Amino acid sequence: MTIQFNDETFRGDYTFRNSQWAIDRFPFPFHEDSYMYSVNMEQHQGGPKGSVYEKRFDVDEHYVSEMKDRAIVLAEDPLRCQSLPHMTLAGWDLLELIMVSKSEDYPDLFELHRDGNDWHWINKPMGIDQRFTFMDETTLPYGPMEYITRQTQGDFAVLDQRDDNLWMDAGMVTTQADWSLDFDIGMNFFEWHAPVPKAHEMGIFVRALKFLLNVQQGSPARRLNWTMTVNPLLDTSPENYHKWGVQKTTLTPENVGEKQFLRVELQTFFRLPRSNALVFPIRCYLIALEDVVTVPKWGRRLHRVLRDIPVELATYKGFIDNRPLIVDYLSKFDDGLPTSDGIWPEKDTEPPLQA
Amino acid sequence: MSAGTTKLAVTVTEVTPVNELVTRFRFERTDGGLLPTFSGGAHTVVEMKDGDITRLNPYSLMSDPMDQSAYTISVRRDDEGRGGSLFMHQKVKPGDQMVISYPVNLFALDLRAKKHLMIAGGIGITPFLAQIKQLAATNGRFELHYACRNPALGSYVDELTAAHPNNVHVYFDDQKQAIDLENLLDGQPLGTHIYVCGPKGMIDWVCAKARDLGWPREAIHYEEFLAPQSGKPFEVKLAVSNKVITVGEHQSLLEAIEAAGVDAPYLCRGGACGQCETAVIGYDGKFLHHDHWLEDDEKASGKKIMPCVSRFEGKTLVLDR
Repeated sequence: MTIQFNDETFRGDYTFRNSQWAIDRFPFPFHEDSYMYSVNMEQHQGGPKGSVYEKRFDVDEHYVSEMKDRAIVLAEDPLRCQSLPHMTLAGWDLLELIMVSKSEDYPDLFELHRDGNDWHWINKPMGIDQRFTFMDETTLPYGPMEYITRQTQGDFAVLDQRDDNLWMDAGMVTTQADWSLDFDIGMNFFEWHAPVPKAHEMGIFVRALKFLLNVQQGSPARRLNWTMTVNPLLDTSPENYHKWGVQKTTLTPENVGEKQFLRVELQTFFRLPRSNALVFPIRCYLIALEDVVTVPKWGRRLHRVLRDIPVELATYKGFIDNRPLIVDYLSKFDDGLPTSDGIWPEKDTEPPLQA
Repeated sequence: MSAGTTKLAVTVTEVTPVNELVTRFRFERTDGGLLPTFSGGAHTVVEMKDGDITRLNPYSLMSDPMDQSAYTISVRRDDEGRGGSLFMHQKVKPGDQMVISYPVNLFALDLRAKKHLMIAGGIGITPFLAQIKQLAATNGRFELHYACRNPALGSYVDELTAAHPNNVHVYFDDQKQAIDLENLLDGQPLGTHIYVCGPKGMIDWVCAKARDLGWPREAIHYEEFLAPQSGKPFEVKLAVSNKVITVGEHQSLLEAIEAAGVDAPYLCRGGACGQCETAVIGYDGKFLHHDHWLEDDEKASGKKIMPCVSRFEGKTLVLDR
């Protein structure tokens, strides 16, 4: 097996760690020294070898532990996974897409054997061996969307397309940046984006919707989004805000590098063939500030971005109160040297931090 | 976003005359692999290499969406058209290799519907053939009302009535049979969605009647692909690519842009989807808008054109392309 899976937690004692491999391939979201919204879509047709963009559904060292964390969330709150009755076909579409993609992209980890509608799925990291009948829900322990997303990192919003709009009619959402599937279920694209500041006035959502309605079969798309999270928490949901919100007050100058995480979402979009729905996987990657600054270019840039970001955005992303602490810490890793364009670490060409 | 969609290399494996006007074509992947599944109502854009001209025409997929071994389409011969259907009828033979697009669906079923009421006219039957197969496999409730000129030109009437005797109702014009639309719509259960595909007159008639009877807009679905019309040649300046092109008599503006090597977005090529919308930088003349994407005030504004079906008459036209 090519990936060593970590045994770690995203709650309680927070034993989550990134290996050097995970740091080097982290999807750093800033291509320049400042940040403003943009639709920033590109085709999701592979990427540099070893990067998180290479495979259709990236599997990394956190896979097994993330799936354990999801199971805990679902046991406490089953409404994190919902599917309106007309979305079952889309659930089968998603199951097919993920099983086919993972078995082709990671043949050492996943196997799919199909004989007509008799399917045999093997998930080696999770120790699952399942025979079932495709399109027959009674042959799986859960509905098709829930079954496969209990085995796939990232949240999943499954969007019905009708009336020139997208509708949040199904999803598996346990690793979210403070939004609620239970609140958003049944809403359209403009309704569930209503809380986002500035972007409406900028016409971002009209353009984004137009793009998404035209994502076609065989041409998936992707973009990055980001926020800030104190402690390596996957479940930063409104439902559990009383548990994690208070942790934001525990930051000190001594622990900020270790406890403050940059949270990046790799968002992808696939047209689902049988249902014509759109699936929106939202994959969360976490990295501690002390790991970010081991890459000189990223340390310089993150300092400049967070220092200069408009107040509305820092408020919306939930770190306005801690911004002085964070920026103060990061300033020690910004020597004022110029940075190269693009998101890649460029460890070989960017100079080390100047004293 | 690049033009169109991902392409599939296919081989024509069967060419089957259905009746005097309609011929069916079967495509299989040239590499022997499986074709993508699709949703009922989807179309594919077929590339035709007709001498120096490349035509790209959309056709509804009529085969079973779950069948990944082959796609089938049915093409009605249009003797007055610009030649795409004539090319398919006269030139395409079994064994030919062709390029088609991945399926695109602009006429999808609303899977929330308690019942799907389908109204078809003539060759407009094709998307319903796939939708009916999809619904039959998933125990969906549907009813088809299908108007055709006469029994000899009633494509797939026999297959449909044999497979679904209680759900398919056929009307022959030459026997003075007509859909009693008002009574039909009046008797539908709550949660029914209407789908109509056929000649423009039929679509307008069904949509207007449904609206008059108070049906919700969201429950009325229609698909009408327009074929680009021929017209007088005209000259266009493409400002971004800095080219001056001439649109031929039997060529669409979009085809002329593509022939000049300029990458332009498109999906349906029939004036419906909005993907090819192009900004007008300047003009001196008259637009011949044929699409049903732009609103009337947009058409009057002289600021936008849908190059897949619309034309221009006059001295100069400058496009942001």
